[in-house]
Amino acid sequence: MGHLDAVGACGVEVRLPADLRGLDGLIIPGGESTTISMGIESAGLADGIRDLHAAGRPILGTCAGMIVADREHLGLIDITTRRNAFGRQLASFEDEIELPGIAEAPVRAVFIRAPWVEQLGGSVEVLAELRGHPVAVRQANVTALSFHPELVGDDRIHRWFAAECGRAEAGL
Amino acid sequence: MIKGGVIMDVVDAEQARIAEQAGACAVMALERVPADIRADGGVARMSNPRMIREIQESVSIPVMAKARIGHFAEAQVLQSLNIDYIDESEVLTPADESNHIDKFAFDAPFVCGATNLGEALRRIGEGAAMIRSKGEAGTGNIVEAVRHMREITSGIRELSTLTRTELPTAAKNLAAPLELVRDVAERAWLPVPVFCAGGIATPADAALMMQLGAEGNFVGSGIFKSDDPERRASAIVEATTHFNDPERVAAASEQLGDAMPGIEMSALGDDGRLAGRGW
Repeated sequence: MGHLDAVGACGVEVRLPADLRGLDGLIIPGGESTTISMGIESAGLADGIRDLHAAGRPILGTCAGMIVADREHLGLIDITTRRNAFGRQLASFEDEIELPGIAEAPVRAVFIRAPWVEQLGGSVEVLAELRGHPVAVRQANVTALSFHPELVGDDRIHRWFAAECGRAEAGL
Repeated sequence: MIKGGVIMDVVDAEQARIAEQAGACAVMALERVPADIRADGGVARMSNPRMIREIQESVSIPVMAKARIGHFAEAQVLQSLNIDYIDESEVLTPADESNHIDKFAFDAPFVCGATNLGEALRRIGEGAAMIRSKGEAGTGNIVEAVRHMREITSGIRELSTLTRTELPTAAKNLAAPLELVRDVAERAWLPVPVFCAGGIATPADAALMMQLGAEGNFVGSGIFKSDDPERRASAIVEATTHFNDPERVAAASEQLGDAMPGIEMSALGDDGRLAGRGW
């Protein structure tokens, strides 16, 4: 939320379907994918999120959000993911990642119990790989990242996402 | 890192699966929940590593486990098990009456209990990555958790009103590191997440603590000492997520069966209080 404010976007927390009304884009953040999936189900958010997706609004899934967006969960992007693929908490790490189209210079990426992309459909573009596995992918209006962009001081990813939301809003 | 949600005490793989299915964001693996530690008496120690491994194998969410205050060898053992978080906990019998664990010496993140802002900052100064209120574990009585959460948040508010000149004296009075005091005064919050623990028994308890500033809740005896653990676990997750929505908290509170029986603080006496352990 702090990063969104910093790049001039107005962030709101989504807990209930009514919170989805009028959004220009949606970030599905990190956390535990089991917990987030249950929260989406118990609050009845899935249909509203799919409507946003169908309307072409930009959607960004980060860490657990990548898992929640995949084929086996909300089905927003044609990938399957492997949970905790890089290991448990003690295996957490940081690395420099190139994200063509999002940031010109590499970004510092924080991986905590992070997933990777296991399988992907033909129309999914791989933006970045690490240790031989995709960790940043994109299909149409949905982008999924294995790492936590909100945990670094660098707000370029949020700035890019806010600009995407602006372009979608303007119908470009 | 864990920034919100509900962390549940579990004593075996079956309870861990129930917690995960209910939407817990992590589980705390321990041999006895605090209510049983109270009832049984004796020395409470780190859990058996085999039981911790079984729980790690049964769920995909993070698994935490407790070490005694100051018992860095128990913490080393837990880290060697590839545990996701270590709780240096007053619920276990303290191993060192003067010193807490040097948490910077570990790669595994630590959570520690606190009753006020000074205590929270001392633990962060030793390397804690998460703070929880101590409350009074195993009582099903929320009054101590409320006191501790209010002590922490009002302490933060007070610091944020002070000038730079006044902060060294504040640090002295808090018995806390000056650098951390300056940081808290500037950001008007702790540099790590703050959860509530110690006494949550109902969905309304969970909602209360969130409205008092907790970023998430630990629930120990409250779930598996109640009539219907599955429903109560889901209901407490629901109330923690939708803490500002009394209708949803009400709906979650229906048909839960009986909560755990509680203990009045005056019935504990000073010796029966766990929150006084650590400094």
